[in-house]
Amino acid sequence: MDFGPYLILASLEGAVAASVLALTAVGLSLVFGVMRVVNVAHGEFFMLGAVLAWFVASSIGGHPALGFVAALLVAPVLVGGLAAAVDMTVLKRVAYDPERTIVATIGILYIIQQVTLMTYGPDARPVTPPFNTRLAIPWFEFADGRVQMYWPWGLSTTSYKLFVIAAAAIMLLAVWLMMTRSKIGLVMRATQLDSEMAQAFGIPVERVYAMVFGIGCGLAALGAVLIVPIQQAHYLMGTDPLLLSFIVVIIGGLGSLPGTVIAALLIGMSDGIISVFYTPTLAKILSTLLVAFVLVFRPQGLFGTRERE
Amino acid sequence: MLELRDIDVGYGQAQVLRQFSLNVEPGEIHCLMGRNGAGKTTTMKAIMGILPLSAGSILVGGVESNAVPAHKIPGLGIGYVPQGRRLFSELTVAQNLDIGLMAKGSNAGRSSKVLKGVLEVFPRLRERMEQRAQTLSGGEQQMLATARALCIEPDYLLLDEPTEGLQPSMIESIKQVAVKMRDRGVGVLLVEQHIKSVLSMADRVTFIENGRSRETVKPDDLRQDGTLLQKYVGL
Ligand SMILES: Nc1ncnc2c1ncn2[C@@H]1O[C@H](COP(=O)(O)OP(=O)(O)OP(=O)(O)O)[C@@H](O)[C@H]1O
Ligand SMILES: [Mg+2]
Repeated sequence: MDFGPYLILASLEGAVAASVLALTAVGLSLVFGVMRVVNVAHGEFFMLGAVLAWFVASSIGGHPALGFVAALLVAPVLVGGLAAAVDMTVLKRVAYDPERTIVATIGILYIIQQVTLMTYGPDARPVTPPFNTRLAIPWFEFADGRVQMYWPWGLSTTSYKLFVIAAAAIMLLAVWLMMTRSKIGLVMRATQLDSEMAQAFGIPVERVYAMVFGIGCGLAALGAVLIVPIQQAHYLMGTDPLLLSFIVVIIGGLGSLPGTVIAALLIGMSDGIISVFYTPTLAKILSTLLVAFVLVFRPQGLFGTRERE
Repeated sequence: MLELRDIDVGYGQAQVLRQFSLNVEPGEIHCLMGRNGAGKTTTMKAIMGILPLSAGSILVGGVESNAVPAHKIPGLGIGYVPQGRRLFSELTVAQNLDIGLMAKGSNAGRSSKVLKGVLEVFPRLRERMEQRAQTLSGGEQQMLATARALCIEPDYLLLDEPTEGLQPSMIESIKQVAVKMRDRGVGVLLVEQHIKSVLSMADRVTFIENGRSRETVKPDDLRQDGTLLQKYVGL
């Protein structure tokens, strides 16, 4: 058997993980960029997205696609709304002080986790994918002096996985357009650059913060809804996305959206490929090492700009 | 009238302004003078609601501005040109002006008459609309900071050391803008160290010392009585 088909398979698996990671990490990066706070509970909002997706999908009958589409629309909005409420009731009270926000969001992490355990329970539950056609992976061989296409036995992906990649790409494009082309993005960037001046020019900074926190956590929830047909909803599923998002945000350069996406692809793809050919543990070791190197040699991240004061 | 009545303002525990009072009439240039650290910038920040008052009140045309949310203060007709310019550095010239136009609340945007008028005052900005603010020269940055505030079509304009670090010709054009605004009926509160500029443009001068307002005088008084400047500014 050729090496090539396996590489394609591994890359596809990596691309699915990378897409979801990119959405989640962009959410974290947005919050960090605009609000200058670290949201330690980010992974729990991810988990909440998956769990709510299960609740929504399982309460709607009929074709699985109906439940999934409902979950895709409802779960991120609910999570975003909850996050905005958390911002206004908790983060605003600690005045977005960086240290106190870390402590506060650690508290929020445990609250969300335990409330989920008490209501949803300790089981992992799946959401049925809206469609799940098996797609064989093609490869090429030279035979009789011609290139021929064939389908190596047992190697396949699914239409749903390709959908995840496409959906994430569209959402990331939408976020980018929002930030660079829309009035709301301009307001967010002005707030990010100088919140005092933004306020002195009529921008309701507190409302912007609540919105950014809502959008950031909503993006994590969206990533979770996309992955839950592949990876079951569980109340402890937020840890990995949180750690990987931190890694991605640090490598990509704090607050840089393009950097975050590229770093997510780098980490997600290499994680997928190394996991297929070696072990997931080696993949984690390598990405952690990469973070260490980035921190030593390029503290501003691969794509970040140095802090100016 | 823009009126500061016995305001107390500080940073956390550190009180800076004590029972500070001042008023700016429409159509006057009112200079605020005092030593470094006297509290001039703090006064401007208090007017903009960046710093809360612990006592006293601020009235803008009779409305108590310290009672409205800070982000609504520019909407009362106050344009702020902060010390050190504080542009949105990574945004373009046009986007910086957009923020000013949004503060005005008019949805006219870039095609508005307001922007046209502002760019007539600063034609050099028109050629640099798509340039990032941080890549402008110091003088151009000061123009942009002033233009951003003018986009509000302010009734009162706060200028905090607008000529700091500029060459003479640039100082001259910034001064002309202040005078032009005054002639249009705008009340200008100007912090300026350069005594000749103050004497040539101010209608009134208020001295601030250790966060307290002292004499308010006319420029002629300063010309006649040199001790005032020596006392409050050390000249
Ligand atoms: N962010 C801050 N935190 C604590 N104290 C501050 C802060 N900003 C200013 N101060 C203090 O408040 C006092 C007044 O400062 P302010 O900036 O108003 O002075 P100023 O009159 O504008 O001086 P300058 O002529 O140097 O601009 C100073 O003693 C300063 O150290
Ligand atoms: Mg000052």
